[in-house]
Amino acid sequence: MPADTDGRANAERMANTVAVACAEAFRGDGEIFGSGMGTLPMLGARLARATFEPDLMVSDGVAFYVDGDLPIGGTDMVVEGWIPFRSVFDTLWGGRRHVMMGASQIDRYGNTNISNIGEWKKPKAQLLGVRGGPGNTINHAVSFFIPRHTSRVFVEGVDMASGIGYDRAATLSEWVQENHCIPRVITNLAVLDFDTSDNRMRLQSVHPGVSVEEVADNTGFALVIPDDVPTSRVATQEELVMLDHLDPQGQRYREVPDA
Amino acid sequence: MTKLMTEDEAVATLESGMTLGIGGWGSRRKPMSLVRALLRSDITDLTVVTYGGPDVGLLAAAGKIRKLVYGFVTLDSIALEPHFRAARQRGTIPELVEYDEGMLQWGLYAGSLRLPFLPTRAGLGSGVMDVNPNLRTVTSPYADGEELLAVPAVRLDAAFVHMNRADARGNAQFLGPDIYFDDLYLGACETGRRFVSCERVVPTKNLLDEGTFHTLRINRAMVDGVIESPNGAHFTSCEPDYDRDEGFQTEYATAARDPEIWESFVGKYLSGSEADYQEAVNAR
Repeated sequence: MPADTDGRANAERMANTVAVACAEAFRGDGEIFGSGMGTLPMLGARLARATFEPDLMVSDGVAFYVDGDLPIGGTDMVVEGWIPFRSVFDTLWGGRRHVMMGASQIDRYGNTNISNIGEWKKPKAQLLGVRGGPGNTINHAVSFFIPRHTSRVFVEGVDMASGIGYDRAATLSEWVQENHCIPRVITNLAVLDFDTSDNRMRLQSVHPGVSVEEVADNTGFALVIPDDVPTSRVATQEELVMLDHLDPQGQRYREVPDA
Repeated sequence: MTKLMTEDEAVATLESGMTLGIGGWGSRRKPMSLVRALLRSDITDLTVVTYGGPDVGLLAAAGKIRKLVYGFVTLDSIALEPHFRAARQRGTIPELVEYDEGMLQWGLYAGSLRLPFLPTRAGLGSGVMDVNPNLRTVTSPYADGEELLAVPAVRLDAAFVHMNRADARGNAQFLGPDIYFDDLYLGACETGRRFVSCERVVPTKNLLDEGTFHTLRINRAMVDGVIESPNGAHFTSCEPDYDRDEGFQTEYATAARDPEIWESFVGKYLSGSEADYQEAVNAR
């Protein structure tokens, strides 16, 4: 059956497994703003909303909440609300948001850096600046998407903590410790979390075809690795159809190429 | 009663060493014609406060920034601003205040409310505290007793924002999806140097022709000078009047990465008046 063959072939493509992992990060979030920075995080939030998390609110990436299953880059949208930057800040300080963003560096406790590489005073490479990282991470759930899992990104210590990890949060108020949360770190190799007694990063699952050793070798610190590491779930037929609708140009395959 | 003036007249009221707030966000609705007027002037040693885009890049490349207060600098569709990168990596901006985006809003808001600070959690525990040792915390005086970050008020000597429409007295209108924080720059600024450039000056009675009353967020008590500047936000976006000029932005970013190409870019676009700039842009 050609359709099945295509379905199986597409289900095995890494970008689709990663998209499903990104969507899974939003499972259980309910009626809050599921915000994705970049193609796969945005796709993840929209896939979650289109399938198992129907109350999730997603934006066009500019200033509007959109109803329906709007494709990435689509402009034919049904607006259900207005979310200019000031309202984004109000929403995130109010805690009704889960954002998935990128990071150029991340350490074992989930401290992240999008600001600069090297010494802050005179960096080797200036990146964006801290942007909303400090406010996001102290106020609500922040997951991370890393398109290339390497030991240059997964480092012993970040050069600038634009997002706070569990060790930094532990030095702050009880309120912060209750509200600070990094549900997932999703990469082209694996899904990671901090579900350990001391909030160190743990390998939650490896994507199909990826070994535990490959993840460990590409991580610049010792991960917590359980005895049995499951394989990440692949996309269902329904999810593959929805992914093709949400990303008709296949941008996800460029962001996460097949191995 | 009219506050109409030119960009050069607005810039002539500024002095070196002042603190300047620039509205917009990244490469969106930036008061670029006012920035270009600043480039033509001798004014330097500025403290620039902004959600940074090519305004920061151009002013940094011209060596006019002594201190920068920012949460990011980006061209949006091109993530990293090349002039800003070069300035940071060469260490040519002497003083830097890097804030969380929300902290910057809070600083401007405190400034506009004449408060010494506003409390927040955003920034606590982060690298922002490490690189800004002057930041202080406050303890909640209520039962929770929580320690919060006291974001100091930002006060401005001058403010530049770009709107879609304005009347001659300074009532101004944004017609796009977001006002960003433009009203706060005007609120946090001393009276006398609060400048609004706009795509088109219209009679007051026509202010509601193109947008609802919700778009009239800037009133004339907040504004000292109005500059009519069609295409004044170029090459940044100014929805719904025009989108970002992506082709020109790419030309800008490419030139900014190479000193020789940058020299010819400056010669071609930035060596004359605003009218010369617009003509050169149109002639491409």
